[in-house]
Amino acid sequence: MENILLGFDVLARWDVVLAILCGSIGGVIIGAIPGVGPAVAIAILLPATFSMEPIVGLTLLLGIYGSSMYGGAIPAILINTPGTPVNALTTYEGFPMTTRGEARRALSLAYAASFFGGIFSVICLILMAPILAKVAPLFGSREIFLAALLGLVLVIIAHRGKILAAGMLACFGLFLNTVGLEPVKYSSRYTFDQSWLANGIDLIVVVLGLFAISQAYFLMSGDDVKIRVNKVRGNLLQGFRELSRHPVVAGISGCFGVVMGIIPGVGEFTAQFMSYTTAERISKRPKAFGHGSSEGLIASEAANNAVPGAAMIPLLALGIPGEALTAMMLSVFYVHNVIPGPGLFLYQLDFVTALYLALLILNVVVVIFLMFATNFLVQLVRIPNRYLGVCILTLGFVGVYSLRNNPSDCAMAAVFGLLGYILRRLKLPIIPIILGMVLGGIMEVKFRSSMSRVKEPLDFIDRPIAAMIFAVIIIVLLVHFLRVMREWEPRKERKWTYRKSSSKFGRLLFNRRKHMLDDRGKVLRNLQLMSPARKKED
Amino acid sequence: MAELKILTPPIATRGQSVFALCFLGFALILFLLLPYQTTMVEDTTWHKQPGFWPMVSIIGMVVFGVLHFWRLPRRKLEKIDYKEALLWIRGVEFVLWFMIYVSLVPIVGYLPSTLIFVLPLIYRQGYRKPFHFYCGALFVFSVVIFFKIILEVKIPGAALYEFFPAAIRNFLILNF
Repeated sequence: MENILLGFDVLARWDVVLAILCGSIGGVIIGAIPGVGPAVAIAILLPATFSMEPIVGLTLLLGIYGSSMYGGAIPAILINTPGTPVNALTTYEGFPMTTRGEARRALSLAYAASFFGGIFSVICLILMAPILAKVAPLFGSREIFLAALLGLVLVIIAHRGKILAAGMLACFGLFLNTVGLEPVKYSSRYTFDQSWLANGIDLIVVVLGLFAISQAYFLMSGDDVKIRVNKVRGNLLQGFRELSRHPVVAGISGCFGVVMGIIPGVGEFTAQFMSYTTAERISKRPKAFGHGSSEGLIASEAANNAVPGAAMIPLLALGIPGEALTAMMLSVFYVHNVIPGPGLFLYQLDFVTALYLALLILNVVVVIFLMFATNFLVQLVRIPNRYLGVCILTLGFVGVYSLRNNPSDCAMAAVFGLLGYILRRLKLPIIPIILGMVLGGIMEVKFRSSMSRVKEPLDFIDRPIAAMIFAVIIIVLLVHFLRVMREWEPRKERKWTYRKSSSKFGRLLFNRRKHMLDDRGKVLRNLQLMSPARKKED
Repeated sequence: MAELKILTPPIATRGQSVFALCFLGFALILFLLLPYQTTMVEDTTWHKQPGFWPMVSIIGMVVFGVLHFWRLPRRKLEKIDYKEALLWIRGVEFVLWFMIYVSLVPIVGYLPSTLIFVLPLIYRQGYRKPFHFYCGALFVFSVVIFFKIILEVKIPGAALYEFFPAAIRNFLILNF
């Protein structure tokens, strides 16, 4: 209780209140515009927050992060286009409800479920804070290294169907982090004798290039889509009443959101998918899923919104970001010399509590805002894509240039923007690069400091938490390889069933010649030679 | 499984092999440059060597790159891949636009260069109605006011402002 009061004391300032208001309302607006998303907005605003105090900057960014998914549900429900990528599953249930003439019901239900998810995660975190404060100091260099490694492994594995590409891009992120002067021996690494590379490649430049500028290129090279939207009339509070009829679905989804948010590298997508499939399994009307089921909508939205709060746990307790957005927030800490990690929970618990309370308040602010502004937000989806691209590129410039007023940063961001544009076109993931860069830095420092106390390889995991994290890494990898093997066998079987021989022409001729020369072929050839016509001749 | 597909869309086939080959080539070049771009420090253990982490990351890039290329649905380069690569090259146009904007800011100032950048780019994107240009100009003014005046981000004054009288120059440097 004392901590909560101290947290309120930290927040009771006009600039923090303004940051919460701007962040939450700005986040909803950004979320409601398909094609922008919280990552782009946070990347653009990041350098501007460096001049603010950590609590002000972080509440602003947290506001955008926590509220964008509320806004993202609006176009997902009304026009079948998710405002943010994580609202993709909302389109499955929300849009069929709109086509049935139940847009108001779908929107109010989405707001209520999102509100529940957000509040649920914050309550969980406030209850868990004392436990975290006890556990976090047990994490030394080895444990943090292993936790970062686990995060990297999970980030790669989470990209199902693109695991090899995600691995390759995560390693590229690791490499980007090593460019520049090595911090201990001061020897240059991949600087190519260029002075502008000596300081290394700035994370913000890469983030802005890969998220904001690439998105601008992508939108500008695409086509505009004509959209017709209708006004939503009536009371949007009815969703809260309907939500109270599905407490189990909401509770399970909130739990999935919290658990998946805590695990680094997993995030909203897995939380959403698991809660959705669980809701389908326990539902009395599973056939309604995909056709406008209220339970499906609750599962998707509650799980989404429970993640941002939980994602702050590995960041605050261990200094390990679990996803791109928290990785960006980490740089705000570093700029202000506030080192997130065990020390933060021990010595600045009021700061941590203030962040949680800010999350709680922003959820309330967002719901109040949405009750009045939904019809205005609906109109935002009419901004043409290419026009939006021009706006994002202009804003991207402010982000990069205000960092150091350095044109080489802008050139680098433009090049990373082009890389991001290519990755977007190929539907390859961008997040592993960012997390590779952030986690790579943590891993390098922690590995070096932990190895100085290790004499034999097994000493690395001789402490209980280190051993536990190492075991989790092994289990995760084993489970993944078993799944790959399981999927591999039917694929091989299918291949043998449908493609008995190669369809390539050269190979076809080679096989025929080979077949004609083997024993069975010789018999057949002789039989052909002994055809009835020849027999008659004989 | 449909839900899973919507959450993790499958990779696009076109251009995939071009990208994989380029990435692999880049990784191999970095690998070959490893002895020249990093230094081996004597009397230092392997994990403290400056080249250790670059080596780990580059080996990872090469291994995952090879596996990614090997597991592609189609490895052979076809006409559609070259077309896709041409589209990427066309993206360089936006890089040039951006770099021209960057080079203009220290010369003509933040507000004028943003106007010079945004309005022609809106035209280039195919918008011809005056409404679009008015909105563009409004957007530029609001961005400059928000970032330069309210958030006070660091964007230096322009060389062009030097030609103005001292009072106006100070005002322009501070606000635009």
